[in-house]
Amino acid sequence: MKTYIQDIERALYDVRDEDKSIYKSDAGLTEEVVRDISARKNDPPWMLEFRLKSLETYRKISLPTWGADISELNMDEIITYVKPNAKQVDDWSQVPDEIKNTFDRLGIPDAEKKSLAGVGAQYDSEVVYHSIQKRLTDQGVVYTDMETALVEHEDIVREYFMTLVPPKDHKFAALHGAVWSGGSFVYVPAGVDVKIPLQSYFRLNAAGAGQFEHTLIIVEPGAKLHFIEGCSAPRYNVTNLHAGCVELFVKEGARLRYSTIENWSRNMMNLNTKRALVEKNGLIEWVSGSFGSHVSMLYPCSVLHGEGARAEFTGVTFAGRGQNLDTGAIVVHAAPKTSANINTRTISKSGGAATYRSAVKVTKNAPFAKCSVNCESLMLDDESRSDTLPVMDIEGDEADIGHEAKIGRISEDAVFYLMTRGISEDEARAMIVRGFVEPIAKELPLEYAVEMNNLINLELEGQL
Amino acid sequence: MLEIKNLHAKAGDKEILRGLNLNVGRGEIHVILGANGAGKSTLMNVLLGHPKYEITGGEIFFEGEDLTTLKTFERARRGIFLSFQNPEEIPGITVENMLRTSKQAVTGEKIKILQFRKELRALMSELQIDPAYAERYMNVGFSGGEKKRNEILQLLVLNPKLALLDETDSGLDVDAVEIVSSGVAKFHNENNSCIIITHNAQILKHLPVTYAHVFLNGRIVKSGGAELVGEVTAGGYAQFEVAS
Repeated sequence: MKTYIQDIERALYDVRDEDKSIYKSDAGLTEEVVRDISARKNDPPWMLEFRLKSLETYRKISLPTWGADISELNMDEIITYVKPNAKQVDDWSQVPDEIKNTFDRLGIPDAEKKSLAGVGAQYDSEVVYHSIQKRLTDQGVVYTDMETALVEHEDIVREYFMTLVPPKDHKFAALHGAVWSGGSFVYVPAGVDVKIPLQSYFRLNAAGAGQFEHTLIIVEPGAKLHFIEGCSAPRYNVTNLHAGCVELFVKEGARLRYSTIENWSRNMMNLNTKRALVEKNGLIEWVSGSFGSHVSMLYPCSVLHGEGARAEFTGVTFAGRGQNLDTGAIVVHAAPKTSANINTRTISKSGGAATYRSAVKVTKNAPFAKCSVNCESLMLDDESRSDTLPVMDIEGDEADIGHEAKIGRISEDAVFYLMTRGISEDEARAMIVRGFVEPIAKELPLEYAVEMNNLINLELEGQL
Repeated sequence: MLEIKNLHAKAGDKEILRGLNLNVGRGEIHVILGANGAGKSTLMNVLLGHPKYEITGGEIFFEGEDLTTLKTFERARRGIFLSFQNPEEIPGITVENMLRTSKQAVTGEKIKILQFRKELRALMSELQIDPAYAERYMNVGFSGGEKKRNEILQLLVLNPKLALLDETDSGLDVDAVEIVSSGVAKFHNENNSCIIITHNAQILKHLPVTYAHVFLNGRIVKSGGAELVGEVTAGGYAQFEVAS
């Protein structure tokens, strides 16, 4: 059967800049490479030590044997560090034209003027632009790249860095610990409400490179923050690797919304690790859109550590031709009366494979935990694939756990119903697909909701 | 307005319509009575071109145009409307958005959002539909009665030339049937027509029925005036089985 839903329009993202990087590490991962990165970044001694220990761990751990097939990834070919020919500035006019043009096309400076309180832009391995409204710095809010944080807030970074995602967690966490570069650091003091979102945008331009940015966010008691992360890359014929790490600390009564729109090119292995530690009555809200990459394995994890801590996960995944997107969420209920909602939609088309994978664990220490999971999948044709793999491990008493999963196709009866109302077949199908993702779309930041509609870019033949 | 000549249709290998004839003139209301499984709903679906059914013989003309060559949405744009027996749920599309989109598609005109909203709320109030339902997803979580009232709401918004009502009164309590019946009465005038499938005379209370037809085994076996409704209600369909 013919479906009318186009592949995601990638032209905007696929514009490659000429590689004008001023330094690239040798391909592959050796102690020399790690020492070299560390020296170039002027790491304090403890960070060099941390990197070398991570490298040791990396060598000891084998690749995961579950999930999407990542066997085509050859670490000996990945360039772990690419320094762009640009210093970090806080004025777009000082960003080299070529790099600025890229971010212009992606609409970042424009969004900054309209709807953001602070912006970070990373190009390959380094952050090239960073800004934050003075009003926020006056309230003690810190938003910088990780390297600056390591100089100006070394004690805080040292206290938190890779404590929530330790390098021994899995092979790519260890890799990240060894070669991480760039990323964002946010610190929101107790009681401060950051009303306008901060956004970091990660762009990987160099072919065959890896991006290993580290995002560390600490939201102190009673504070509030919305952080947006966007990522994209042009397409190359060699494999690029993204193994970023996101660590979020949500303190007592604090709230953090972390929105991501990931639109990597179709040669990207996206093996990202994201985790939040939520204290008493705190709230983490994940909003996650996965559209790009060749292979993704992404399961943002919420550790509900304090009594009454809450997690909301809202995600949409769209897998087209040649894509295998294995996404979902992890929730660990580790304290009494913690609660979580997981709500996801996945779409697969043109032979794409989308897997929803989740793990909910309720420990013995978490009586009266509440968790509800709702995952729905839509396959737009017969060659596409969709799997749902929810795992629940309940040890706590009086747990209230709900799970609802649906895998389906576009209902021909629903198409007929809309057509009897004068709506053309193509528009009817498009409406049904848009309706399917609507509960997620309405959670996205406005400009991204618009982008998602463009991304899903529905072909409307037989116009009204 | 509508002319059906010797219509045959099948679903899969099963022949359902077997030589059906029916003429509906402007301003007329036709009632179709018939046992379950006789093929009444098939007729409605065939008139709108449901892909499950295949026409194997006969003709359908709507205002002189061969309907069978038109796609479903084109038939709707010509002015044919079907109130479904089991209306579909469409998650993610609100009643108001769906109806505005439909209205635009059917009329070919851009509809002003605020004015449309006002008109929609007025009609909802007449049909005793909670205005909050305008913001709810199409039929999702609606009770059977709410879905049927939502069909009549669409009838009034789209204002077609020919309304097909497929057991719109089934599963409704007395008060709800009254609301639906008044809704259809509000729609009907000398320039449009209705075909109403029902088992229940109550929905016809406010409606000037022109003809009634008894429908058995895929065709009409007896036609008459409104009095036929009374005969069926009193004596059942067995009397007509013999006649056919």
